[in-house]
Amino acid sequence: MTIDFELSPRIKATKNMIHMFAESAIRPIARYYDENEHEKPWDLLNMVQKFMGGGMAGAFGAGGEEKKAEGEEAKEKKPRETNLAGAVTIEEIFWGDAGIALSFPGPGLGGAAVQASGTPEQKEKFLARFRGDKPVWGAMAITEPEAGSDTANIKTTAVLDGDEWVLNGEKIFVTSGKSALEDSEGFVVVWATVDRSAGRAGIKPFIVEHGTPGMQITKIEDKLGIRCSDTVSISFMDCRIPKENILGSPEVVDKTKTEGFKKVMATFDATRPLVAAMAIGVGRAALDFIKETLKEEGVELRYGINPHRMTSLERDIMQMEADLKAARLLTWRAVWMLDNGLRNDLQASMAKAKAGLAVTRITQKAVELMGPLGYSREYLLEKWMRDSKINDIFEGTGQIQLLVTARRILGFTREQLK
Amino acid sequence: MVSFELDDEQKLVQETVSSFAADLMEPAMRESDESGEIPQEVIAKGWELGLLGGCIPEEYEGFGEELSALTGVIALEELGWGDLSMAMHLMAPSMLVISVLDQGTEAQKKQYLPAFCGEEYKAAASALVEPYYNFCPSAMRAVAERDGDEYVINGKKCLVPLAKESDHMLVFAATNPGMGFSGVDGFIVPVGTKGVEIGDREKNMGIKALATYPVNFKDCRVPLVCRLGEEEGCDFLRLLSRSRLALAALAVGMSRRALEHSRDYATQRIAFGEPIGSRQAIAFMIAEMAIEVDATRLLVWEAAWRCDKGMDFEKEAALAKNYAADMAMMVCDRGVQIMGGHGYIRDNPVELWFRNARGFATFEGMVMV
Repeated sequence: MTIDFELSPRIKATKNMIHMFAESAIRPIARYYDENEHEKPWDLLNMVQKFMGGGMAGAFGAGGEEKKAEGEEAKEKKPRETNLAGAVTIEEIFWGDAGIALSFPGPGLGGAAVQASGTPEQKEKFLARFRGDKPVWGAMAITEPEAGSDTANIKTTAVLDGDEWVLNGEKIFVTSGKSALEDSEGFVVVWATVDRSAGRAGIKPFIVEHGTPGMQITKIEDKLGIRCSDTVSISFMDCRIPKENILGSPEVVDKTKTEGFKKVMATFDATRPLVAAMAIGVGRAALDFIKETLKEEGVELRYGINPHRMTSLERDIMQMEADLKAARLLTWRAVWMLDNGLRNDLQASMAKAKAGLAVTRITQKAVELMGPLGYSREYLLEKWMRDSKINDIFEGTGQIQLLVTARRILGFTREQLK
Repeated sequence: MVSFELDDEQKLVQETVSSFAADLMEPAMRESDESGEIPQEVIAKGWELGLLGGCIPEEYEGFGEELSALTGVIALEELGWGDLSMAMHLMAPSMLVISVLDQGTEAQKKQYLPAFCGEEYKAAASALVEPYYNFCPSAMRAVAERDGDEYVINGKKCLVPLAKESDHMLVFAATNPGMGFSGVDGFIVPVGTKGVEIGDREKNMGIKALATYPVNFKDCRVPLVCRLGEEEGCDFLRLLSRSRLALAALAVGMSRRALEHSRDYATQRIAFGEPIGSRQAIAFMIAEMAIEVDATRLLVWEAAWRCDKGMDFEKEAALAKNYAADMAMMVCDRGVQIMGGHGYIRDNPVELWFRNARGFATFEGMVMV
């Protein structure tokens, strides 16, 4: 192995194909589904499931699969590029449109959790459905009104009653919750505590099937951006699920041992770089828009001259370009490590922190630079600015990523650095 | 296929240069900065690493290793980690050597390269930067006019490293003013040539141990054969870009050192009963420093990789260099900030890095990979 930035022919071909798809099938409908929130592009979603089903689902659920395979594959030293392929593919789809891309069918984070810590039986039972003809969604419910990134503060309870777990509580900000539970025969992975006194060690993920009595969608959020993707609140009132729907061991070991929790948290090592890739796709869309506009106007960008001799516009654009490139390279490094069985929690957080911030800055600057073209709803630039903001928030805010990064750099525990 | 892993040779280079930097450069950094002199031992031992002679082909008495910008930036990051002045002194001849290697004629290679393959350090200078606030390499004020079989050079240069210590100086001047980068050529000028006036050693805010000089050219006549590439001329932007990569790599190395120092301080310094790093105000600064150091390294690597692959890399090198200059200033400024008052005292290395860091926005054409 040696340092190399060339994508393999396979990934390049996929990238080109996805780009054409994004340009021809996603871009043209992006504005409509932004203006008509809560509607879904069913034709497209059906097509995606039919033609790309496993592939697309695979791209999003890849992380979990990779995690599991890591141990076995490491011995073979076979180069794997699953996560890199995922990151490259995601950048292209999100270049097309973030809201629509987020609404694509697939196992999502819930599926990734099943992949990461499910038994073979659970994987067969819950993941097979994504390979069918009809679009199906998986979702993950962690956040509560009083617990976002502070996962230890989760109040939703799970009590064992005979052969069933009984869930009670309320979850908010569940991405694709409506798609998973009302629009398809999907499921949601719910994080609940079996022993509040045990803190993190007591928190377990449970799989709840669509249509389970006692589970109800109570609110569909209206959002700043990514409007095509549904975000819902779900309430659980004496919601009964089979005993075997818990992911990992039901045992609450001593409070200092939070292995199960950590395992599911490790899912984020795979998904955070992919969220960074989503951000990069939107940022690139904005930069492409600027460059095309300037080209039409006959404005040339002068690279390599003294920055003091550049126009303010040139300086801004070059800063944006370098920022986007830096974010992409950090992201590629994080997924490359994952593909090579290396621990990447630090690098995953670095990539997510950089990409989330870089892209909110890039799209905001882009709107500013393009003036009326940026602010007008006739063009997509203003939408990209709204869409990109979520990238510095979901899957752990930029600040949470900085905390994770700082803890690792400083060698501090979560108690030492809060 | 995308990979971020160094190959065995790069690993060896990295380890070797890294131990040299830790054993000999860093411990001498402060004293060297105060005295303005670089220890002879550092120069001698540094030269022994063979970073420059190694890439000169055997026919010109070198070791004949392949010239790789990527291996170069990996080595330079480590040297930058050790000390910027020493790194720039050690690598100053690279501007002349690599320019000739990359774009010189056969005759020029034969004439100039063997001198840099010996066991002892051999200085060479390069004159690119000019003493104007809005200096831009694409709009040089120094000109070289053709007059029969000679070129006549006129203009002012500054930040010329080792001008007095060198036998030759690579001077960049516009042969086609107004033509941007493509109108610039390089001239290999013997230091004693009439019309070359080397001024007193410059006093700079940082890189104080590196001897730099202002040089004036007044009707300095050199024969046509001194023009880099002779009739063909040279691809100046390409040379400038190789230099930008080198400077960016030095910035990454020095900033990495400043980050490590800040990290250690933040875990050891107790205030209000806790290490200061346990407060987000400090911890977040450190996290951002770490992210930006890594991000810059990757930008540099990618541009260097493109260079080695024979792709266009001029745009990437410019982006990486400008990014690195901003990053270095941000990281070193925060280094001082995290130390508080201690960071302002000259006992502490951060004030030195802080002064050096500001230079990257100014430095051009002083080192090359």
